Amino acid sequence: MSDLLFEAQNLSKRYGDSTVVKDLSFQIARGECLGVIGPNGAGKTTTIRMCLGLTPPDTGSIGYFQGEGAGAGLSMPQDAFAIKAQLGVVSQFDSLDPDFSCAENLLVYGRYFGMKEAQIRERIPRLLEFAALSHKADAKPSELSGGMRRRLGLARALVNDPRLLLLDEPTTGLDPQARHLMWERLQLLLQQGKSILLTTHFMDEAERLCSRLLVLDHGKKIAQGRPRDLIAQHLEPDVVEAYGNGAMALVDSPLKSLAARVEVSGETVFFYTQDAKQLLDALAAHPQMRTLHRPANLEDLFLKLTGRKIREEG
Amino acid sequence: MQDAVLTAVTGAQQSIWRAPDLSFRWWPVFLRNLLVWRKLAIPSLVGNIAEPLMWLVAFGYGMGALVGQVQMGEVKVPYILFLASGSICMSSMNAASFEALYSAFSRMHVQKTWDGIMNAPVSLDNIVVAEVLWAAFKAVFTVTAILFVMLALNISHSPKLLAAWPVLLGAGITFSCIALIFNALAQGYDFFTYYFTLFLTPMMFLSGVFFPREQLPLPLRSVSDWLPLTNAVELVRPMFMDQWPAHWLRSALVLAAYTVVSFWIALALTRKRFRA
Repeated sequence: MSDLLFEAQNLSKRYGDSTVVKDLSFQIARGECLGVIGPNGAGKTTTIRMCLGLTPPDTGSIGYFQGEGAGAGLSMPQDAFAIKAQLGVVSQFDSLDPDFSCAENLLVYGRYFGMKEAQIRERIPRLLEFAALSHKADAKPSELSGGMRRRLGLARALVNDPRLLLLDEPTTGLDPQARHLMWERLQLLLQQGKSILLTTHFMDEAERLCSRLLVLDHGKKIAQGRPRDLIAQHLEPDVVEAYGNGAMALVDSPLKSLAARVEVSGETVFFYTQDAKQLLDALAAHPQMRTLHRPANLEDLFLKLTGRKIREEG
Repeated sequence: MQDAVLTAVTGAQQSIWRAPDLSFRWWPVFLRNLLVWRKLAIPSLVGNIAEPLMWLVAFGYGMGALVGQVQMGEVKVPYILFLASGSICMSSMNAASFEALYSAFSRMHVQKTWDGIMNAPVSLDNIVVAEVLWAAFKAVFTVTAILFVMLALNISHSPKLLAAWPVLLGAGITFSCIALIFNALAQGYDFFTYYFTLFLTPMMFLSGVFFPREQLPLPLRSVSDWLPLTNAVELVRPMFMDQWPAHWLRSALVLAAYTVVSFWIALALTRKRFRA
């Protein structure tokens, strides 16, 4: 267990009558990217806040960096300062200083870690380069695009050369170009040996970056594992989607027996199957309908585990 | 498992009234505010001293011509000296309150600066201490500028003004602690209007800034005795007249009590606000 960087055991948190997190345990290994996914209100943000010591859990323990040096490791919230000295955090809402330039934002943030000004100044050019913001060193955050601001937030989280990064929805609201650049940078960090805990609503992001996933719903862990393993474990390998004229009628037709599972969402019928060939042949008899054949993905898994109902609560 | 139970107990029992963390981690937060202010110092200075000087000129010279001298115990002093020594305390109060309300609220709530800082090894306690000292610094800066103008206007040349300066710093700390209580409770900027109109403005008129408190009806005067601004004025005014305050210990203790109690309440309420 010496490669364990983080371990949460039996975390629970209640606010009034509602239990937001229930008996949650998970671990992060060195060099790993753990993705936490779940619908709105699943307890992702509360879990992150507990990991950061911002909200004390009602029960359970949170340990960091066990089995190193002294051996005992550090626990939250008692060792909050020592832990945070080795963490980098990018929160969902940006907290960049609007009155400072990009370079000043990094300088001021480095000081919170007790770093010497000369040491921070030496790191700033590399951090700006990493964030693809070298040309914006003197620009204020208000002059930056959404993607640039998020990358500045990431650069700021790296100022103390952290071992573990906690990223709360790092690409929400970004356009595809900005998201891809962010992913590229995060992959680079993983190659450099950093560990990442990431929450996200984007399944392509989770699949691309995360070596392991933790699926939360109603504050409980409902699944955990490698993305591909989870898909293989919970889903049939093929999906055929049918929509358009007459698609709804298929739900009660004999075609149904060709699929292991059938789901309806809006005007689309989803057939989950071990072998799509027979099903596609049969569907060819309905040329007015549009069909899409694809392998099962994380989104299917997510919807199967957490349902298709919209969650409105925050 | 025993560890888990232990953590659970300490986690759940951390009272918002526990002792504050007074370590020096507040310094980089103070420095951050200083760095922002340095960019805006000159316009902010003009804004901070223009208003008190207008009061001083309009009331001091205008009213002073009507009032003439004010009886202070055994001696009579020119009205402008009376007013200047009171209004400088008011300036310290206003500068500290404004900073600890509007500006601190922007950093805490609007810009989420505090949230960002707390992801680094700096605690909420450290941030609150930094805000207290920062607002007091702003007060002292304003007051210093006004003192120089008063010296130039030849209102007082007492060497005891050097002792008034740390008192005004102390008053700045007191008023920033009180203001931070309201900062912790605020849902928006509008809330602060109540604080100014219902608390600070009446206090201005009850604390002997504009006229001697002897003019107040007795019940109001006994309230006035315990107001923080009254006690700041009681300390500072004699120094303008080249005297030492007669009851300095009492006034200093009243201000100290306000500071300690309101800092504690402000910290507890801020912790509560951030705990949710």
